[in-house]
Amino acid sequence: MTDTVGIVIVSHSKDIAKGTADMVRQMVGSEVKVAFCGGNPDGGLGTSVSLIIDAINNAWSTKGVAILVDLGGAETNSEMAVEMLEPARRDLVVVCNAPIVEGAVMAATEAAGGSSLAQVKAVAEELSAD
Amino acid sequence: MSLQPETIKTLVKVAAEQVIASAPELTTLDQAIGDGDHGTNMKRGFEAVLGKLDAISAQPLDEALKMIGKTLVMTVGGASGPLYGSFFLAAGEALSHDRHLPDDLADVFGSGVNAVSARGRSQAGEKTMLDVLVPVLETLRMAAGQPDLIARVRTTAAEAVERTAPMQATKGRASFLGPRSVGHVDPGARSSCVLVQAVCASLEGQQ
Repeated sequence: MTDTVGIVIVSHSKDIAKGTADMVRQMVGSEVKVAFCGGNPDGGLGTSVSLIIDAINNAWSTKGVAILVDLGGAETNSEMAVEMLEPARRDLVVVCNAPIVEGAVMAATEAAGGSSLAQVKAVAEELSAD
Repeated sequence: MSLQPETIKTLVKVAAEQVIASAPELTTLDQAIGDGDHGTNMKRGFEAVLGKLDAISAQPLDEALKMIGKTLVMTVGGASGPLYGSFFLAAGEALSHDRHLPDDLADVFGSGVNAVSARGRSQAGEKTMLDVLVPVLETLRMAAGQPDLIARVRTTAAEAVERTAPMQATKGRASFLGPRSVGHVDPGARSSCVLVQAVCASLEGQQ
């Protein structure tokens, strides 16, 4: 199997993250690695840097990983998680400025076609263009 | 300003306990203009710091600050984790690079403030923790070496936090409220004020 960009979904809610991942798998299939996480370190609503790092590593691909987030803290914690990765991986992970559900589906669809990380990010972010 | 392990321990303990004690107030403020989790998030983070108090205070100050930063990053669970975490990580990093206290206090604090600004892509005037941290930094610069430095920092922080009430938020969750964010003190500014006041009180107690 040719390597494709991996997708990570980070929501404040584990249910939203899982539901989004379910939609991606159903709509795009299983050729793209999808990982998700949600909830703060105590399991309540929020996000956790260590869970995000785990998800990035689970979705890891030599072509890189695109992260889709919901609200502010998910983005800040995802950026922090990227900086805490080993140096060789840091430059191969991007946080997309896109709506989480639509962005994840679009990003995974683009990734499934073998596109580069930059192309995957660009397609997801078209959803946020004015 | 002596920085023996016992001094670091007392400083960190007092600061963490003050943040934990202020959690209900932070939550109330955050329920008004945010998502209501700032108190519980900060409490979780600083309880984790208290849990590592012995390990933290066994380190030289630069490493102690980095350990606090990393603990907050990994345990807070909201945006304030990376924001406060980055402050302490950057301040510790500055101290690791040929900066010395008390002479370089403003520089070291400034490194932390810059890290918060970069992480949040925010500036003072946007109703955030920076609206306390930036005025405190200015006082640290203006009053460096003055005998009343600590008292002036305390006054600055107390006044700065109140000035966030009439501001309209343009960053963070409160910005979703637009004009409706006006009239409420910013919860992040309040938690920054609590931390600054706690450190000042601890230092005053040791003079």
